[in-house]
This record gives sequence, C-alpha cells and structure tokens, in this order.
Amino acid sequence: MRFLLIEDNADLARSVQTRLSLDGHGVDWAASLSQAEDHLATAGYDLILLDIMLPDGDGRDFLSAHRRARRDTPVIVMTARSAVTDRVALLDTGADDYVTKPFDFSELEARVRAVLRRRAGSAQTLQSFADLTFDPLGAKISVGSQSRELRSRELRLLEVLLSAPERIFSKGQLCDRLFSATEAVTDNAIEVYVGRLRRKLEGSRARIETVRGVGYRLTQT
Amino acid sequence: MSHGAQIGGSIRRRLVLQLLVVAAILSGLLYFTVRSVADQAVEATQDSILGSAAIAIAEELRGGDEALVIDIPYAAFSMLGAVGEDRVFYRILADDRTETGYADLPLPQRPLSGLSAIYYSASYDDADLRLAAVERSVLVAGANVRVVVVVGQTRTAKQAIVGRMANRAAALGLGFFAIAAALAVLTARSVLAPLANLAEAVGRRGPQDLRPVTRPVPLELVPFVAALNGFIGRLGVALSRTETFIAEAAHHIRTPLATVRAQAEIALRQAGDDRIRATLRSVIRAVDDSARSAGQLLDHATVVYRSDQRADEDIDLGALVEAVLRSFAPTAELKDIALTADRPEQPVKVWGDRLLIESALRNLVDNAIKYSPPDTEVTVELREAKLRAILRVLDRGRGLAGMDASGLTGRFKRGANVEDVIGSGLGLTIVREVARAQRGTFKISQRKGGGTCAELSIPLR
Ligand SMILES: Nc1ncnc2c1ncn2[C@@H]1O[C@H](COP(=O)(O)OP(=O)(O)OP(=O)(O)O)[C@@H](O)[C@H]1O
Ligand SMILES: [Mg+2]
Repeated sequence: MRFLLIEDNADLARSVQTRLSLDGHGVDWAASLSQAEDHLATAGYDLILLDIMLPDGDGRDFLSAHRRARRDTPVIVMTARSAVTDRVALLDTGADDYVTKPFDFSELEARVRAVLRRRAGSAQTLQSFADLTFDPLGAKISVGSQSRELRSRELRLLEVLLSAPERIFSKGQLCDRLFSATEAVTDNAIEVYVGRLRRKLEGSRARIETVRGVGYRLTQT
Repeated sequence: MSHGAQIGGSIRRRLVLQLLVVAAILSGLLYFTVRSVADQAVEATQDSILGSAAIAIAEELRGGDEALVIDIPYAAFSMLGAVGEDRVFYRILADDRTETGYADLPLPQRPLSGLSAIYYSASYDDADLRLAAVERSVLVAGANVRVVVVVGQTRTAKQAIVGRMANRAAALGLGFFAIAAALAVLTARSVLAPLANLAEAVGRRGPQDLRPVTRPVPLELVPFVAALNGFIGRLGVALSRTETFIAEAAHHIRTPLATVRAQAEIALRQAGDDRIRATLRSVIRAVDDSARSAGQLLDHATVVYRSDQRADEDIDLGALVEAVLRSFAPTAELKDIALTADRPEQPVKVWGDRLLIESALRNLVDNAIKYSPPDTEVTVELREAKLRAILRVLDRGRGLAGMDASGLTGRFKRGANVEDVIGSGLGLTIVREVARAQRGTFKISQRKGGGTCAELSIPLR
C-alpha cells in the first residue's frame, strides 16, 4: 500500500517510514502541509497519515480543506492529544480514524484495513497465488468457485507468507507480525494459526510447508 | 446557591429594613397627628359648650337695687350634660367675692376679657377640669359690680372620645405600616429581580460557554456586567493558553515516545537474539505504560472536571454503543475477538453528558478486550429496565477469580489477575466517577460460565 505521511518530526517520520516498509508498504514523507499538497498533486495514495501540529498550519485545517475539495483519500490522524474531548472533535472534523502517539503498528495496520474496507469495499486489491485468489480487505480466499472467510490472524499470516512465496519465515518473524510487541507469546503460539490457515487452504494447490527447525514457507504443488 | 461565596449582608434585607424604618416613622407620625387633631377637636367642642354655658349664665344676671339677682338658666347645664357623665361645677363672683357655687373653683391666670370666654384647664377635687370664665359688669345699687362667671366640667367623656379616636389612629397607623411593609418586600424583590435573572443566566451556562454576557441589564448593573465580561474574557484567554500548553506538551512528549516505540519495533524485527528481543519488548512496554498512564490521568481529570460542569444533552445510548464498538473493532480484530452489540431496535434515551458516558463505556470495552484471550467474544448489552438504562459489557476472559470487586474501582487499583497486561488502574475509577455524576450505579462481577460482567446503569430520560 502507498501511504502519504504528513509529520514534521524527522526522527518519527523516518522510523514510521522504515517500520511500514518492513511490512511492504511504500511511504512518501511530507514535512509540512505545503509539501503534502505537492505530493498529493503528483501521486495517488491509498491513505494519508496526518499529524496535527505542523510548522505551516494545523492538521485539522488540512483535513477540512481536504474534505471540502472532495478528495476521498482516507485520513488517519496521529494525535498526541489523548483526552476524550480531542478524540471526539477529531472525528467530527472528518478524520476516518485516529491513533494516539505512541502507537502500535499492528493496531495502525488494523485501523488502516478497517478504514479501507469501509471506504472502498474489497475487490480492488486481489492477490493470487497458484489457484488461490486472496482478498485481503474482504478477508476472503477463493479457490475456484469456493470462498472461505479468514479471521484476522489467519489473514495476516497469509499476507506475510504471500509477500514472499517460497521464502522461509522463522517462527519469530511470523510472531512479530501476528502479535503486538507487548503480548507475551512463545514462538510456538504461531503453530495454532499455521494449523488453522492450512485447513482453510485445503483443496487448493497452495500449501504451507514446515521447514523443520527453521520455519514455514508458502509453496505450491 | 451560596456555592462557595462568603455572605456579607443582604441587599434585600437592608432594603426591606430601611423601607420598614421609614414606614414605622410615617406610621408613628400619622398616629400622633390623628390623635392630637382629635384631641384638639374634642377640646374645642367642650370649650364652646362651656363658653356658651358661661355666657348664658352671665347674660341672665341682673342688677338689682340691693343685690345681684342670680337666675341660673338650667338649659345651660342641660347643654353641658349632653357631653356625657361628666360632673359640672360653677362659681359666680361679684367683685371677687363668691356669690354662689363652689368657692374654691380655680380662676384663670390670665386677665378676663368681657363676654368672650377665657378657657383654661385646672385640677380640682382630684379631677381634671376644663373651665370657661367670662366677666361682665352689672349695676347693683347704682354701683358697677364686676361679676365673674366660671363654669367647669370634668373631662372623662372627652378623654373617652379621644381614647377611642386614638385607638382608631393606632389601627390606621398599624394598617399603614403593614401595607408599607408588604410593599417594601415586593419592591425589594422587583428591584433585585434583574440581579437574580442575571445570576441564573450566567449559572445556567455550559462548561465551555465563555461568551460575554449580552442580555440587557438595568443601568446600575452595567459596571458589574462589564467587570464580569472582562473576567470571562481573561478566563477564556487563560484557558486557551492552558489548553495550548497541554496540547503542545503532549505533542512534544508523545512524539519522541512514538519515535522510540517505532525504533524499538524496527529493532525487534531485525534482532535475532532472544535477550535483545526481551529487552526491546520491555522498552515497548515501558513506553506504552507511561503513555497509557498519562492518557488515563488526563481523562480522569477531564471526567472529574466535567462531573461538576456538565454539558447535558439527550443521548441515544444505542447509537453511542455502535460508535464505541466501531472504534474498538480493529483492536478486537487484532485478537480475533468478536465484538458485538446486543441492543433494542428503538433508541434508548438518557439525559447526560455524552463525553462522560462514552469515556465510561470505552474503559469497560477496553478492559473486556485486553483481559480476554484471543478467539473469544465480547458483548455490549443495552437494556431498558425499570426506568433505567442498563449497559453491560460481558467477556469470556480471565474473570475476577475471587478478587474483591469493590476494591477495583479505587484510584490506581489493579487486580491480582492482570499478569502482563498494561494498565494504570484508573479505568474503573473513571467509570465509577461517571456513574456517580449521572446518578447511576456501577458494579463489576464474575460472569456465570466464566469471564467478567461489568454493569453500568443510568436513569432513563
Ligand atoms: N473485564 C475484566 N476482566 C478481568 N479483570 C478486570 C476486567 N475489568 C477490570 N478488571 C480488573 O480490575 C482492575 C481495575 O481495572 P481498571 O480499568 O480500573 O484498571 P486497568 O485496566 O488495570 O488500567 P487502565 O486505567 O489502563 O484501564 C484491573 O486491573 C483488573 O484487575
Ligand atoms: Mg482498564
């Protein structure tokens, strides 16, 4: 996915960029509202991540202008103001959602997914592998005419594996993607979800292979 | 409504008192005036009767060749008798010698002046007398004799009349005073009414309403309202400065925290060593912990402040539940928790502060999700029962496992069941505060079949 990150703090912007790129997303960075306008004029984005306090203006003003111009790129605000009053006000201004700094990237991703699902419905981002069609926003896979719903962790697991088929992912790597950093889980917890995903993949040519002592990979027969 | 104000006297009381003093003085004056006028009128009546009696007697005196002929006309006395039960005295002197009557009846101090009567008062025979005296010269045996006629009468009847009139005067004075007192109270009330109206208008304002007072007020209140508006203005400036300060402080503290957290997550992705990974996780935990505490402290302060300064409105709890669930859906989804609402079709209306109720509900849903394992269900149940709206947040999580549930609502109190779940222990404190402010109740208990049931009940609209 392609994000536009509007954030004046360079350190934070760089970390967000790096962190999101680890999950395979592309992030353009604008340090001010005027730079953001330049980016928006030249490129299309799936989502805008917006800070509120910017050197050349208030993010909320950008938000209302954005909505007035009827641009429909969804916006998730990264707010430092956690007070109940501010949260309500943000959604009233036209933000699709918000995360409070400091934020958990898996939560950010879940919110992005929810916003995109609400906005666009699915079907735009279909991925395919072997005889499998994967609809990440709709949380569905289909083999031929048969379609199956995926639960959130199954979906994220499949997403990771699909991002690099045939590549071996360690249990630790997969855990990092499925569980938030503060959840205390053993690496074996991943086995449960691999098992579930395998059952969902039954009947297709795609399968998850255990590489003993190393991890898992997605492959086709 | 004395609400923290020092009471230094009362304008109403002072006004009423002053008006009452004036009324009392006027009533007293009225009483004494009526009394003295009555007194004078009755005295004048008695005097004229006494005078005519004396003149009548004097006119009947005739001179003779050897002696004065005294022929008292009894009509004169019957005239006097008409006045009442009073005793009548007379004395007739010829050349300073008493001819007939009471010889010791007092004479006037002043010189007499012929047939125009002289009136005076004196005390005689233990009684208070009013007397009239006339003089005339009569030719007796060729010589002019100066004859003095004195007629007196006790004043019992007159005093009775005056007494009666005084009573009337007193009643009149009292009546006047009573009416004046009632008017004083009414006047004080109507004079103070604009003040009361102003106070009510200012008191009715919501917590955020810092507009100047623009309602028309009497001229005398203009300086007061001007001062009030000046104060409101300064308060507004101070508040917005504080707000800006808090927002900027939060921004400058939370932005680097976000950087730290993101960097730690990146490092966690790249680190293979378990010890380093554990360290990174604890860095992230610490960041989350401090951010959570700061957020909850701020929310708690906001809730306490708003409990006093409420912005009440009509709230549909059904819509509120949906909004809160929508905002928690991604969080629940991360743990594959099914987050659902179970509520009646029709709106459930309460009268309250939306923000307060939303904070409470957010904290309950937050708890339900974070204390539950993955792949479970969290249900928010909304019911109407006996004039109350009942919000229940039900989970199949770790439950309260024999803990003392009442202790959990205390400030910074966390249960023994928290294990490694991050929290500050203010969530249920906020909920309890909201329940109190909304005149509702809150209880949290072990749920049948495992898990927790948190119940907030609020009176219906
Ligand atoms: N749904 C629940 N299941 C199990 N225990 C709960 C639940 N809700 C609350 N508790 C217990 O009550 C305690 C107090 O809850 P409270 O929400 O006040 O604090 P917290 O969740 O620890 O911190 P925070 O202020 O961050 O919400 C918790 O620490 C936990 O022990
Ligand atoms: Mg809590």
